[in-house]
Amino acid sequence: MNTTWSRFNIASLVLGFAFLYLPIVLLVVFSFNESRLVTVWAGFSTKWYVSLFHNQSFIDAAWVTIRVGLVSATVATILGTLGALAMTRYTRFRGRLLFSAMIYAPLVMPEVITGLSMLLLFVALGFDRGLWTMILAHITFSMCFVAVVVQSRLVTFDRSLEEAAMDLGATPVTTFFKVTLPVILPAVVSGWMLAFTLSLDDLVISSFTSGPGATTLPMRIYSQVRLGVTPEINAACTMLIAIVTVGVIIASIANKRREVQKARDEQAAARN
Amino acid sequence: MNGNAGANMKSLGSFRRKFAPWNDPQAKPFIAIENVTKKFADFTAVDDLSLTIFNREFFALLGASGCGKSTLLRMLAGFEEPTAGRILIDGQDMRGIPPYKRPVNMMFQSYALFPHMTVEGNIAFGLKQDGMAKGDIEARVAEMLKLVKLERFAKRKPHQLSGGQRQRVALARAVAKRPKVLLLDEPLGALDKKLREETQFELMDLQMKLGLTFVVVTHDQEEAMTMADRIAVMDKGKVMQVATPAEVYEAPNSKFVADFIGNVNMFEGRTAAVGNGKIDIAVAPENFTIRTDATKTCSVGQPVGFAIRPEKIRISRQQPVDPSINSAFGEMWDIAYFGDMTVFHVKLESGRIIKAASLNAVRTVEDPLSYDDMVWVNFDADAGIVLTS
Repeated sequence: MNTTWSRFNIASLVLGFAFLYLPIVLLVVFSFNESRLVTVWAGFSTKWYVSLFHNQSFIDAAWVTIRVGLVSATVATILGTLGALAMTRYTRFRGRLLFSAMIYAPLVMPEVITGLSMLLLFVALGFDRGLWTMILAHITFSMCFVAVVVQSRLVTFDRSLEEAAMDLGATPVTTFFKVTLPVILPAVVSGWMLAFTLSLDDLVISSFTSGPGATTLPMRIYSQVRLGVTPEINAACTMLIAIVTVGVIIASIANKRREVQKARDEQAAARN
Repeated sequence: MNGNAGANMKSLGSFRRKFAPWNDPQAKPFIAIENVTKKFADFTAVDDLSLTIFNREFFALLGASGCGKSTLLRMLAGFEEPTAGRILIDGQDMRGIPPYKRPVNMMFQSYALFPHMTVEGNIAFGLKQDGMAKGDIEARVAEMLKLVKLERFAKRKPHQLSGGQRQRVALARAVAKRPKVLLLDEPLGALDKKLREETQFELMDLQMKLGLTFVVVTHDQEEAMTMADRIAVMDKGKVMQVATPAEVYEAPNSKFVADFIGNVNMFEGRTAAVGNGKIDIAVAPENFTIRTDATKTCSVGQPVGFAIRPEKIRISRQQPVDPSINSAFGEMWDIAYFGDMTVFHVKLESGRIIKAASLNAVRTVEDPLSYDDMVWVNFDADAGIVLTS
């Protein structure tokens, strides 16, 4: 393999990364700007972070976002896992292909359409729009993602584990909670995290389905920007980026450690 | 090995010799499989099969892959329901009884150890399902670990064990509940040859100690011959023969069984003469005559098969006393040296290859048989068996 760095390689790498990360770097840098103007640097300051924490509307929006995320991710994980189980276990029921296609469809459905159809449904049913309608909408679109993630794990799941559990006297329910769930848990947790992240940064569907008193952080930021960008928003975004980054780093370190440990254990087992 | 253990082995051996409940018309079978058929869509995996297995028996289901042996085992375990027929275990009809309520445990081919539990946790799993007291569970787990010599590995997870150790955990887990019947699906399939041979004897020992009924599925005939009290040879969902290993080898009831178990020379011909407890078979196209003990009643002119094992054929440069019967002359074609024995392939004028095996009882032979020698093969009247199907 050619491992030398040609100028072309370096240039394309730099350009590529710049394209991806320059906007984010700018956003982070200007969140520490002394000036009120977003494009003129006037020295380092953390005052926008302080003012952010005194801005009750941001705090409220953050709180709404977290509540929506937690509830919708959890419910979506339960429903999505059940759906994935049905898809992998009952492989020969009538209309399976249709059902399977219907699970994947919302993944590619334009958000505007999902949001609008939800809105129309809630109006038709006479639901008062607010926190709960938004949670329902988030469950609907994120459970498909959970189902896909869990299903991909279940395909490689060794069914004889479940048979062994039942053979040893465990009822199907015990088997699920003592054997199946612990084994597929990493996929379920990834599914939950994916659902939570999707809920956290959703703007379109939230805008369609929320009502008065239920404003999420992305909605808050978006409406604020329409009145003009303030460094306060930069600060809010920087904090979101920080939270997501830390989460991703922790997850990948834990994952790497587990893999290294497993490889080491297997080598040790092979030796004795 | 010390003298004590040797004495112990001897007593187990004599017990094995006496153990033959299938010859006792009064004996009640422990497992009765009655006219069981299992169909998957339009494929018949098990076809109107009946078998009886006795208490404390080590029973082997032997056959090539796809012969229905695993399906039969899974029906005993309760993972599949028969399409027709019924299965009785200890007199109880198993129809509709789910796996978790059956008095059987299974050892899986893949071992199916729970990856998120330790060795202890795996062994204790079944006991916990029974609601056994905590102290009793601990005692039983310790006993099982001792039985399979894995005391040092109690706290390990399955992925921290070698293949042989995993196999023993799977075994300990399956016998921990003291089931009436232990089902073993290719129990030694994943082990290397040397470990497999050791483990065969350990399994036999364990079965005797615990006094369990073992039903083992295997495609490895040596494994079945070594371990089992009786073997059911299966093909295409049917049982071809059920008999002790020696009977299956020395007295196969069909060409299929004779061919499936071990090495065999198979001849086709017609009976030329019948009488005096002997049958003469004219073998085509060589036109040589086999005179054999009448192991079957045949009429003259009937097409029959004749099977003879390679080790029952003598090979020599000298012409036998009566070269007109049970003898053939040919060219040494191939020599396969296995250390303990040598298998010679002798090519007759007709092109037929006859396999003859001889034990290498001495280290060196003066002027051994070699390639391109012209040799005689010959055998006795009681060496082979007549087959009509």
